[in-house]
Amino acid sequence: MSSVLYDVPGPKARRVSLIGSIVGIVLIGGLLAFAVSTLAQQGIFEAQRWQVFAIPDVWKLIGDGIVATLSAAAVAAVIAFPLGLLLCLLRISEVPAIRIPTRIVLEFLRGMPVVLMMLFVLLVFATSPFVAVVTGLVLYNSAVFAEIIRAGIQSLPKGQREAGLAVGLTSFQSRLIVELPQAIRRMMPSLVAQLVVLLKDTSLGYIVSYEELLRKVQLMADVLGPQYLFPVFFVAAALYITINFSVSRLAIWIERRGSKKAAGGVAKAEPAAVEAAAK
Amino acid sequence: MDVIIENLPLYWNGFLRTLFLSAVSGVIALLLGTLLAAARVSPVAALRGFSMAYVEIVRNTPLTIAFFFSAIVLPRLGVTFQQFEVAAIIALSTYTAAFVAEAVRSGVNSVPVGQAEAARSIGMQFSQVLSLIILPQAVRTVIPPLINIMIALVKNSSIAGAFFVLELFGYGRQLANAHGDQVMWVLIGVAFFYLLITVPLGLLASTVERKVAIAR
Repeated sequence: MSSVLYDVPGPKARRVSLIGSIVGIVLIGGLLAFAVSTLAQQGIFEAQRWQVFAIPDVWKLIGDGIVATLSAAAVAAVIAFPLGLLLCLLRISEVPAIRIPTRIVLEFLRGMPVVLMMLFVLLVFATSPFVAVVTGLVLYNSAVFAEIIRAGIQSLPKGQREAGLAVGLTSFQSRLIVELPQAIRRMMPSLVAQLVVLLKDTSLGYIVSYEELLRKVQLMADVLGPQYLFPVFFVAAALYITINFSVSRLAIWIERRGSKKAAGGVAKAEPAAVEAAAK
Repeated sequence: MDVIIENLPLYWNGFLRTLFLSAVSGVIALLLGTLLAAARVSPVAALRGFSMAYVEIVRNTPLTIAFFFSAIVLPRLGVTFQQFEVAAIIALSTYTAAFVAEAVRSGVNSVPVGQAEAARSIGMQFSQVLSLIILPQAVRTVIPPLINIMIALVKNSSIAGAFFVLELFGYGRQLANAHGDQVMWVLIGVAFFYLLITVPLGLLASTVERKVAIAR
């Protein structure tokens, strides 16, 4: 599409674009240089500030933080997926008495801030922060998983369900045996993209005092002294982004591979990523 | 239950603050996001690269980290804010802009190629094609996803409550600490006010989706 929006650049336009690019890069470079020099004035780049990373305990704490983050995400994902599947089946049930209450519950879950659900579980049920974080994530993400799978089922050709019913499967059997496997495969990129959202949301654990990566950073800054806040934060943020980035790449890889293998291809991850902005 | 009625003014303050944060960040994010989307389809390679890198990095950064950076790390580095609202608005709008950019870009892609070709064949430049022909048509497809992004923004603004901004979630935490015996009702009150924003917006999104849906 983008190539349709403008002519193939000729020599003059290419020169203008090149000059524009160079000016842009210089501008961005200038901004970065300004930021770096400001940081340097604060003494950020003094070697002794970064020597904290020579202390084994710092790495141990960072490691603990990552393990805490990943384990909360893993437990939540493992519980949320089957629950989402169940909610999806209830949501598309042909019995209004099942379908409508489920819809209300789903709307409710999707309309609430995740951190509020975490705080609710933490304070009202007096659980450990881990349980609060996992419950919050499970409640929200199972609702989103349900909506994604529902979108997948609705995107299937009508004939799939009709064929299932025609060979004598009950409505429920047709959903389970014929439609769900195809819907899940089609929606795989969106489901993985939602996993990134889930992983990102574990950082909300910071707010309900779950000892994940960000809280460990705060802890280290409190113990070692505020001057170490920036180095430790910098490393932790870089780790967080790297992990999320890898999972996002995985989603794109599945999308590419899936569009070759699955009949009818898989849905693109992008619409989900947009909806997934619904955190 | 009493605790909600007693503290209704507090809830109302928080509700207004949440609305304010969301509205200001929303407007900034819309502008920034549209610019990013335009850069993404522009002929200048550096702009395309910048926009792509921005969206890619921001989408993979947890919002809590952005808040932590602007509210806790920046002040230690000498950048202090008169009010923490400013830090919250910076974090929220830069984060949301990436999602707006993606939505607008997919809207641009949904406009039939013939539209751009027709515009160019009558001699329009890139900026004219985009602003007069493509974006006005893209808006129709983009509105429902944009409303969903705004819903997410309202929910995300709750994180500000954990970083020194007294909005709905911030007041909720305060009240929960003050009324240890009625925590459940305090938080149900907070949830109610959030749903007061998000549920109507969600209904609006699905209505608009049905209304502006155009067969292409």
